[in-house]
Amino acid sequence: MAEETYVGAPSGAPVYQLARVGKTYASNQVVALEDVSLTLNKGSFTSVIGSSGCGKSTLLKIMAGLIPPSRGRVVLQGRPVTGPRRDIGMMFQQATLFPWKTAVENIVLPIEIRDGKAAAKKAMDKATELLKVVGLEGFENVYPNELSGGMAQRASICRMLITEPAVLLLDEPFSALDELSRDMMNMELQRICREQDATAFLVTHSIQEAVILSDEIVVMKPRPGRIAEIVEVDLPRPRSLDMMTTPKFGSIVDHIRSMLDKGEDM
Amino acid sequence: MTEYQTNSTAHTDNDTDEDTVWVQEVAFIDSVPRWIAMIFVFVVFVGTWQLVTSLGLVSPIILPTPWETLSDMIFVGQNLLSGGYMLAALWITIKEVIYGFALAIAIGFSLGVLVGETAFGEKAVMPYLVAIDTMPKVAFAPLFVAWLGFGIESKVALAAFIATFPIVVGTAAGLHAADENARMLFKTMGASRMQTLIKMKLPSGLPQIFTGLKIGAVGVMAGAITGEFLGGGKGFGELIRVAASQLNTPRVFSLILYLSLVGLALYLLVQWVQRTAVFWQKESVGSYDAG
Repeated sequence: MAEETYVGAPSGAPVYQLARVGKTYASNQVVALEDVSLTLNKGSFTSVIGSSGCGKSTLLKIMAGLIPPSRGRVVLQGRPVTGPRRDIGMMFQQATLFPWKTAVENIVLPIEIRDGKAAAKKAMDKATELLKVVGLEGFENVYPNELSGGMAQRASICRMLITEPAVLLLDEPFSALDELSRDMMNMELQRICREQDATAFLVTHSIQEAVILSDEIVVMKPRPGRIAEIVEVDLPRPRSLDMMTTPKFGSIVDHIRSMLDKGEDM
Repeated sequence: MTEYQTNSTAHTDNDTDEDTVWVQEVAFIDSVPRWIAMIFVFVVFVGTWQLVTSLGLVSPIILPTPWETLSDMIFVGQNLLSGGYMLAALWITIKEVIYGFALAIAIGFSLGVLVGETAFGEKAVMPYLVAIDTMPKVAFAPLFVAWLGFGIESKVALAAFIATFPIVVGTAAGLHAADENARMLFKTMGASRMQTLIKMKLPSGLPQIFTGLKIGAVGVMAGAITGEFLGGGKGFGELIRVAASQLNTPRVFSLILYLSLVGLALYLLVQWVQRTAVFWQKESVGSYDAG
């Protein structure tokens, strides 16, 4: 899809910038997020990891334009994020395909909502192309009931990509799958992100998953939610599953685990 | 070498090398087709009925024999088919049921959307609906007669009144059925409230809405007949009331059975619409929730 030459290293221009972002929930005065500064570069893959209550889902909601921050700047492609936007793609733990729509109809749903039925119809060809990209060729007119969990998540990747978003926000997208499918889908995700030169931001509970996919890992601490450390992952790309057995991979995983354990004590 | 040894050990442990095939017990009822089981129940029921009546355990005025009931059903059936007075009465009752159901759907659905979609409806209107729902609705029948007269209107009103509440509850529950992910997805797509309602919440809630419609379909029949009992008129309920006052129990029985066919037809109609509209839903026989 992306014909431009892929910038191998995450040395592209900044796409998404957060500066000193904080969130205090008015209802109970809980500081969910404190002083988070982060930059996502074009074509980079960033993961955020941390125990529950570390504010990562709050951070994701702010980045998706679903809730406003209490402090700080949130800027995507030079424009402040003040609500949901077309150039933000999002994927959830569940595929959330609607059973009354076929695979392609589900995929063009974002277009249908934003531009109407006629535009959605025109986007059908593009949806078919995307299905090819994720390896679901021929499943255009199949209803979600007939798709496996992994296939459904592939279709929801297409739905996320159909509006050509500048950033992909991934909220534990494969955590509902079994481990084998999950590993495979992670490799697929890497391939798709490379092909599309996508800028991705992944929330995950799995250290291995974060390390195998990411250029940078944001380790967060709870109470109040804040960044403990940003870990660079300098494993070569493309990554493969057997890299998980290398000493380097192991040492990065160990480092992150020790950071998270420290966070628990506080 | 090792492999050979394990093999031979295994061999000596067993007497034979026959396949381990054994028969798993299957419950008898699982091997019987549904229709045979249903006929069995029918035969037992009618047999007991016949036995109780022919042995004179109960007076024929209280309970007619199955045969008397059947022959009266044939008589009533002939009257219905030849366009007699019973057909006219049945048609009145059917009209009451159809108008009542249509009214109940219109009011119930609107109130359901108000209560299920708006915070105002849920906070301020729902408590009153619950309060009214707990009242014995049949008790309102004399009021409807006083307001609307002895004609078809008072029966339609009572039928609609009874059937409205399950539809309200079903619709409101349906609108809450969509999961958090679906809501979040629609938010991230920048969907308006109307789009979210029409493209996501309503279709997601169709199973619950149809559950409400089915319960309503049963209630609307009861409402129409009760209305006729208490408010006169020329419907099938009036025929039943007259037959009962003449101690013509076979007639009462056969009229009720014909009436139940109308109720069944309405129920099956709703179910057919559901299967067509909610084609993605898995079926389970005989339950309101999933049927």
